[in-house]
Amino acid sequence: MSHRAVPSSEPDRQSDVEGLLGALRAATPARVGLGRAGAGLPTAAMLEFQLAHAKARDAVWAELDTEALRAALPGPSLVIASAAPDRRTFLLDPERGRRLDPHGAPLPQTRADLAILIADGLCAAAVQAQAPLLLRALLPRLEGWRMAPLVVARQGRVALGDAVGDALGARAVLVLLGERPGLSAADSLGAYLTWDPRPGRRDHERNCVSNIREPGGLSPPQAAEKLAWLLHEARRLGFTGVDLKDRQDAAPLMPPASPQIAPPTPHGGD
Amino acid sequence: MYVATLAGTRYAFADLRAVMAAATPLRSGDVLAGLAAASQVERVAARYVLADLPLKAFLEEPVVPYETDEVTRLIVDGHNAAAFAPIASLTVGGLREWLLGDDADTPSLAALAPGLTPEMVAAVCKLMRNQDLIAVGRKPRPISAFRSTIGLERRLAVRLQPNHPTDDPRGVLASILDGLLLGCGDAVIGINPATDNLETARRLLDLMDGLRTRLEIPTQTCVLTHVTNSLELIGAGAPVDLAFQSIAGTQDANRSFGIDLALLAEAHAATLGQKRWVLAPHVMYFETGQGSALSAGAHHGVDQQTLEARAYAVARRFDPLLVNTVVGFIGPEYLYDGKQIRRAALEDHFCGKLLGLPMGVDVCHTNHAEADQDDMDDILTLLGVAGVAFVMGVPGADDVMLNYQSTSFHDALYARQTLNLRPAPEFEAWLRRMGLADDQGRLLDPARSGGVPRLLAALDL
Repeated sequence: MSHRAVPSSEPDRQSDVEGLLGALRAATPARVGLGRAGAGLPTAAMLEFQLAHAKARDAVWAELDTEALRAALPGPSLVIASAAPDRRTFLLDPERGRRLDPHGAPLPQTRADLAILIADGLCAAAVQAQAPLLLRALLPRLEGWRMAPLVVARQGRVALGDAVGDALGARAVLVLLGERPGLSAADSLGAYLTWDPRPGRRDHERNCVSNIREPGGLSPPQAAEKLAWLLHEARRLGFTGVDLKDRQDAAPLMPPASPQIAPPTPHGGD
Repeated sequence: MYVATLAGTRYAFADLRAVMAAATPLRSGDVLAGLAAASQVERVAARYVLADLPLKAFLEEPVVPYETDEVTRLIVDGHNAAAFAPIASLTVGGLREWLLGDDADTPSLAALAPGLTPEMVAAVCKLMRNQDLIAVGRKPRPISAFRSTIGLERRLAVRLQPNHPTDDPRGVLASILDGLLLGCGDAVIGINPATDNLETARRLLDLMDGLRTRLEIPTQTCVLTHVTNSLELIGAGAPVDLAFQSIAGTQDANRSFGIDLALLAEAHAATLGQKRWVLAPHVMYFETGQGSALSAGAHHGVDQQTLEARAYAVARRFDPLLVNTVVGFIGPEYLYDGKQIRRAALEDHFCGKLLGLPMGVDVCHTNHAEADQDDMDDILTLLGVAGVAFVMGVPGADDVMLNYQSTSFHDALYARQTLNLRPAPEFEAWLRRMGLADDQGRLLDPARSGGVPRLLAALDL
């Protein structure tokens, strides 16, 4: 290994270390440059973690304020429920979060190009904060698309979109829902796009854009641009999922000849 | 039909799958699937049945049909009768006792591995207490290597996991440097990308490979993207050390991941063709986790622990460098709390090791599970005692991209210090060369050691 002359005096080293740790901390929201007490964390860093965890735990259990959400949405909306009557059932029996409430009113047939379902998933606060911003940026990019009314759902998972899209008679469904809260991000939205939605669709038949939040993630306008690209590609190709690769902004790696695959990463909430 | 009578009450189980499921320690995923024992006594009754069952029964009654499942065909057709011969007359209960005994040592277990099926291993696992899983789990020493050696005795390697919510190269680099300073990265430096964008994957691969060559780090790098993406990246000339893939224990569950055995074979061959290894041609990195088959609606009435063991049959077909069970990631509907995650972690490690795999565990939990850092500490400590090959190192235990809590660089350091475990030998020598660790492999204070200036000088920052 070749390297330049290594500074040797204590103060230089100390400032080198502090400089590096500071630069690391500025470059990422990850918990870097924490220092250590033996192998353990300094007390302040340990308590910061515990506070963030406590916030995330509380976020999982918070309820979606559907009326406040509807008031913020850029368009008329319907409210529905999944077959999970409460949060605990939703957490322990995911299948119920994927089905429509059997006692709910039937959804109208629309023959729309696109239905959009906005559901709480695992973090109602994320939906509340990010979904209106995302839709304000996305809908203007979908000129010429026949849109179904927006649908808002409580205790909903990704596959609830299949039931909703199917009931509305839409050619595609976009599901926006709260991702499982993390420590640094307890307000992150996920977007799942499914062509020809119907119950029984699998994860590899969808495309996913995740970590939508501002600040710290993919901003709602950036996400809208990506989703618009995926939506237009899906319409052109007539499918979503493993065979629809995200090539937005990418110089081609190879001539686009054979079908290519990109399944969604499961970020929870599905 | 399998029957046990306990204290005058008769417990009947329709088939082998039902016995296996009912014998499994309680977990929410089996309850969700409607497979769990109806009572605690029924659970023990199933264990009595299992204990008396000859191991040969598992060769005669596949839990998933041979005709319709290629994973079953892989298991049955790949079974090595000669390796199985020494234990061919045992029952499951007998196997438990043999495994605990002195005849079961590192060489004999290595010789036995091809004779064990995942179902046999899963069955004996269900008869094991946690201490049995640790006592036996530490005996096999499957070793793999690429530029570093994984799985050696008294070593604990760490996957450095520098994920970033937008795949920002500077952010990724910051986490990598933080991990290197804390002595992590000897298993692999592996990024879960935030999107499936191929150009981003390419940039991340170039970034990591550039850093690795510049600092001459004896490790391997990986972007954890679908094998078809890795194939395409290889075709485009990207520096792909390892092909990554999530795998499961049934053909249908694998299909839900967009893979089959033929595709894995293609990726394996293409990655071997890169010839990037220095020590040995172990070029696959697999991740698994209990509950994935049920999650995909592809469990065929089989309990999640048995299906997890079947995923290891898929893994071992391709001589992997790393197999990692991401044990608490899937959520509380499959593993409800710290107790269930701990049990699953010990089971997966035990089963993987017995089947001959270099087994690592992502000791982790999500925020909708009933678990916290104390649970993670317990699990990490138990796995360290059990001889786990590698664990995850995430800055501050907080994965800011995948939004879950894993183990941190600090946690890995704790485990190495407390249990007297050392990094992979090649990586340990590098830490020493860089002035980051002393001759005993102990991490030095970077402010005193000169390690940071050396790192910065080599990086030309």
